[in-house]
Amino acid sequence: MKRRTFTWLAAASIAAAVPATAQETLIVGAVAPKTGPLAGGAAVSYWPNVQLWVHDVNARGGLDVGGTRYMLEVVEYDDQTNAGQTIQAVQRLVNQDGAQIVLPPYSTGLNLAAAPIYNRLGLPMVTSTATTDKADELSQQFPNVFITLGGAVPIVDGVVEAFTALRDEGTIGNRLAMVNVADAFGIELMGAAKPAFEAAGFELVYETSYPLGSQDLSPVMKAAAAAEPDAFIAWSYPPDTFALTEQAIVEDLQVGAFFTAVATAFPAYYERFGEQAEGVLGIGGVNADGEAFQDYAARHLEVTGAAPDYWASAMVYSSFQVLEQSIEAVGSFDNEAIIQHIKDNSFETVIGTLEFDENNNNTSFWTVGQWQDGVFKGVASTGREGAVEVQPKDGWN
Amino acid sequence: MDVIVTGLLLGGLYALVAMGLNLQYGMARIMNLANGEMLVAGGFAAFWFYTAAQVSPLLTVFIVAPVAFVLNWLIYVVFLRPLVARAKSRGQLEVDSILTTFGLSFVAVGLMLAVFGGDYFSYSYLSFPVSLLGDTYGANRIVAFCAAVVICGALWLWLTQSRAGLSIRAISVAPASARLVGIDVRRLAALSFALGGTVTATGGALISTFVTLDASTGVLFTLKALVIVIMGGVGDVRGTIVAALLLGLLETFVASVIDPGLTLAAAYLLFVLILLVRPQGLFGRAQT
Repeated sequence: MKRRTFTWLAAASIAAAVPATAQETLIVGAVAPKTGPLAGGAAVSYWPNVQLWVHDVNARGGLDVGGTRYMLEVVEYDDQTNAGQTIQAVQRLVNQDGAQIVLPPYSTGLNLAAAPIYNRLGLPMVTSTATTDKADELSQQFPNVFITLGGAVPIVDGVVEAFTALRDEGTIGNRLAMVNVADAFGIELMGAAKPAFEAAGFELVYETSYPLGSQDLSPVMKAAAAAEPDAFIAWSYPPDTFALTEQAIVEDLQVGAFFTAVATAFPAYYERFGEQAEGVLGIGGVNADGEAFQDYAARHLEVTGAAPDYWASAMVYSSFQVLEQSIEAVGSFDNEAIIQHIKDNSFETVIGTLEFDENNNNTSFWTVGQWQDGVFKGVASTGREGAVEVQPKDGWN
Repeated sequence: MDVIVTGLLLGGLYALVAMGLNLQYGMARIMNLANGEMLVAGGFAAFWFYTAAQVSPLLTVFIVAPVAFVLNWLIYVVFLRPLVARAKSRGQLEVDSILTTFGLSFVAVGLMLAVFGGDYFSYSYLSFPVSLLGDTYGANRIVAFCAAVVICGALWLWLTQSRAGLSIRAISVAPASARLVGIDVRRLAALSFALGGTVTATGGALISTFVTLDASTGVLFTLKALVIVIMGGVGDVRGTIVAALLLGLLETFVASVIDPGLTLAAAYLLFVLILLVRPQGLFGRAQT
């Protein structure tokens, strides 16, 4: 399952444009799901960014490392959403394929599982799709690992903040229905959300979990509707995010705030539900009106043929930019120096300025977004610019 | 009441998923582990026609069905008939066909990834509420249930009333003896395999109106179908329908009354209980 992509055309035109510098080829390794349960998410948020980043770097003449220009060539592996495969592929990339740069894998679980091997091989690992509250422990054990997408606690805080704002306006009451997918992600967020919402004065009138891959979520939504909540939250994964929204429409769930988690920020969500998605809240968000994001989104669409999502996509690209800028600044492939450079500096990326605290943790990221006029706009973040006012959900029509 | 209706609707979906495998395993004797991929392919076709040209999935099935029939016929003739020809016993054929179709499922996933990409494909079709006996249900689920009733009913009639159906039942009971009474086993086995694939792909097109699929979700449906077919009794259409409805009702009951987190546990508990009490399945014949 290995593929080499190299844009000969771009390479040729660049070669003509910059004839003075020597041209070398640099192998970049990427490993993430192309099959298995997380393949759908990786196909939206991860793989197109690998393609776009390599395209962008090659289009500007390649990576400048100590005066030598390197054209990037990607070796891709499918880890089948299997941590064992991820680890094998990373080893293979370094030992057999001669990859000088290995991009981080996809998803919280696969990143955490692969952290030890990146550490043993001394590779910088700027993760972009991992959410964890354990950044401090992680960075002590693996000082080469960086976290950018935040953790469960700040995300929950963002949701509480958005819901409290709506309650204080008087658009929703205190009655909250909350469900989660029975999986590491859903359980962790549910665990953090319950005490946080109770502390904020919300009353939990319905809560439940459902197994990953449930084919019918109508009993869940029927029971939630029967509890007559003012607001609904689901810590859900992509297939159930779609299913729960559809059931809410079918049951005509009347709530002033409707929140679903992963995949709410996908363009496919709006394509499917259209105007009924207006006002739906979800995990993530971006500065959708910002120039940096709009420029990035336009290039993403042009190069890969698909629009980026409004959460992890931009962060994935940004994490590649951090690597790119650090390698150029250090001027060699000395991984230790590159890791130190990432720790010590801040980076201008498509998501804005990225910098890391003493725990290798990026502390400013988007937590909650909302579909407004066909765009998923960030409404809450931990210190990102461009948040818009949260609006109440006005029915399903 | 709404638990019963919701359960029946889910049971109808399961019947659609499992009926094709039942034909393939029960009649053609091929344990087809690539069954779920055929379902996803049917769903892909419906998605593609709907998003590209606004063709209703209810019309797409008339395109999907003949294409799936031909495709499955070819799969049977090229990949599976050599296994049937060389198999010395039913056990050997089962092992060989499991290995072959397991491999085919990877090929199918790879092909779908290459052609359609790995993105989720979901669209809204008939996702408005319908009032039924004082409660609301998604129109797309009701349509899929009606289609399941029609498809399963037609299959049952065909298998019990027509001469071809009689012959197919004969090869499912005793393939060796069927040949002695002038039944073309080779042709009919291919026919039932192709028919099974057709039903599965049609089911995929129908359920894609409310289930979000991607290239690698097929295996989930294969597993569900396997459980239902074995529970109902291999090779018995009634068994599959009863087992599918039973499973749908049980899962909905557990999800509504006890806890949604226990649906899977309840489903497998039912599976184990049925296997303990009737190892041959609800309607199955005891193995000789």
